[in-house]
Amino acid sequence: MKGLAKSMWTTLAVFARKPVTRDYPTYHKPLPERDRAFPLLLWDKQIDEPFCTGCHACERACPVECMTVLMKDNPNHRSVGGNSGRRKIIDKFWIDYARCMRCNICVEVCNFDAIAMNNTWQGHELSVYDRKDLVMDLGALTSLSHGGGITEWVPVVGQANEA
Amino acid sequence: MASEMLPDEEYEVQDLLLNVGPQHPSTHGVFRMVMTVDGELVKDVVPYIGYLHRGAEKLCETMDYRQGIGFMDRTEYLAGHNAELSYVMAVEKLAGLEVPERAQWIRMILCELNRLSSHFMFMGAFGIDVGVFGTPFIYAWREREAIIDLFEEISGDRMMYAYFRPGGLAWDVPTNFVQRVKEVLVSSKTGIKDFDGLLTDNEIFRARTQGIGYISAEDAIDYGMSGPSLRGSGVPMDVRKDEPYLYYDQIKFEVPVGKNGDVFDRYICRLEEMRQSVSIIEQCLEHLQPGPIMPERMPRMLRTPPGEVYVRTEAPRGEYGVYLVSKGGNRPYRLKVRSACLSNLQPLKQMSVGQYVADAIIVLGSIDIVLSEVDR
Repeated sequence: MKGLAKSMWTTLAVFARKPVTRDYPTYHKPLPERDRAFPLLLWDKQIDEPFCTGCHACERACPVECMTVLMKDNPNHRSVGGNSGRRKIIDKFWIDYARCMRCNICVEVCNFDAIAMNNTWQGHELSVYDRKDLVMDLGALTSLSHGGGITEWVPVVGQANEA
Repeated sequence: MASEMLPDEEYEVQDLLLNVGPQHPSTHGVFRMVMTVDGELVKDVVPYIGYLHRGAEKLCETMDYRQGIGFMDRTEYLAGHNAELSYVMAVEKLAGLEVPERAQWIRMILCELNRLSSHFMFMGAFGIDVGVFGTPFIYAWREREAIIDLFEEISGDRMMYAYFRPGGLAWDVPTNFVQRVKEVLVSSKTGIKDFDGLLTDNEIFRARTQGIGYISAEDAIDYGMSGPSLRGSGVPMDVRKDEPYLYYDQIKFEVPVGKNGDVFDRYICRLEEMRQSVSIIEQCLEHLQPGPIMPERMPRMLRTPPGEVYVRTEAPRGEYGVYLVSKGGNRPYRLKVRSACLSNLQPLKQMSVGQYVADAIIVLGSIDIVLSEVDR
């Protein structure tokens, strides 16, 4: 009986504590800046085009082969009267979010810091009725960054904190 | 009464085949047991595994060393850091990489935190198996949430961390890391105390667990059990003590062992191990110094010389080993994961035959299986 009383006392003591429950659909907990949802492409606001040059580095490094990249000549390049320094630019880009396993490797291999993991709640709440709807095209991938809805965190691999 | 009315000689008595799983809350995943029961007594158990097989080992053979890390998380989803650690250490041993001190200490802290979160999960699920519906599970969730929130702040993900890299860590921890770990430890200590008060001395809990699912030390060794399930039988085997890896040789901690080899002793071993983990983390925090987290010269694409290594670490469920064969190049020739759960599952029949059906569920819960690790 003594042990039972102790158990009951424990539950009573816990009952008196402050609740820790987060009321999820009505309350979204603030996400840390490193939060990893799904990859998206970043938008170069100065020149008004994506950072991505379509170099295929992420496509080759992806373990689950969820990316498809097509490159084109940049119509906005300086040589043809534009204001961009990028000779090549992304033409079409698809990421199959249903295949992606969010390993962050695409962000690490990118030479242009053009891809980042979505660290907003929009990257987590992605329920659709058809899995084909999870194949994101260039417009969908850049829209969040283009609209300024994200403060991305692009890690430098192996870099230590400053002492 | 019934036997007086229906004498056995006049009626044919048949054993009943009872199917449990593959999708049942008490099987902790997709695991199926077919039990032969005589009334309430278990006469035979046939386990069926393989429902969660994804071929992670074979997949890793088609990928370079960095790409394999994500799949290692998925072999052991309750303790991803520990699974990554074995793999990463195997690659480092093969490639001859020196890991900076800070990275090692951080790895240790994260692995012990992962052990805590995994054992909390055990406490909660085990509580449900025993019949304390809800209460311990919610307590476990509360403490595990605190730890997982910390992992999210560090690595970015809550379960599939992909944070360790051959050579060190992917990126450094946040600047408020030490303070955050201390906060989490405070809540974990409260959680351990809650579980101790809720379950350990509870007469009903003791009646359900003591003397159930006995396995002797000799049998446990023969079956290849490891981790708290083996230590519950009184064998003080712990890879952290026997073959210290990381800096476990610089840390003071004890290996709790049980006496009776029953379900209760396996539970009490885990509870004590959680206290030890808290103490290990506290000691690690004192050693943590600023510094590099990766070797200075790391190749862009890691290649290893030909050779083979076996690295084992103490994961929450036991010895998690990675056997890696390389024939040169940037990908493993063969990768084999030695899963603790698979070996711990072997004596299931021996432990549950002769028990009641309800106790067979407790026996299964007491070895704390993660089916993704069994099937890989």
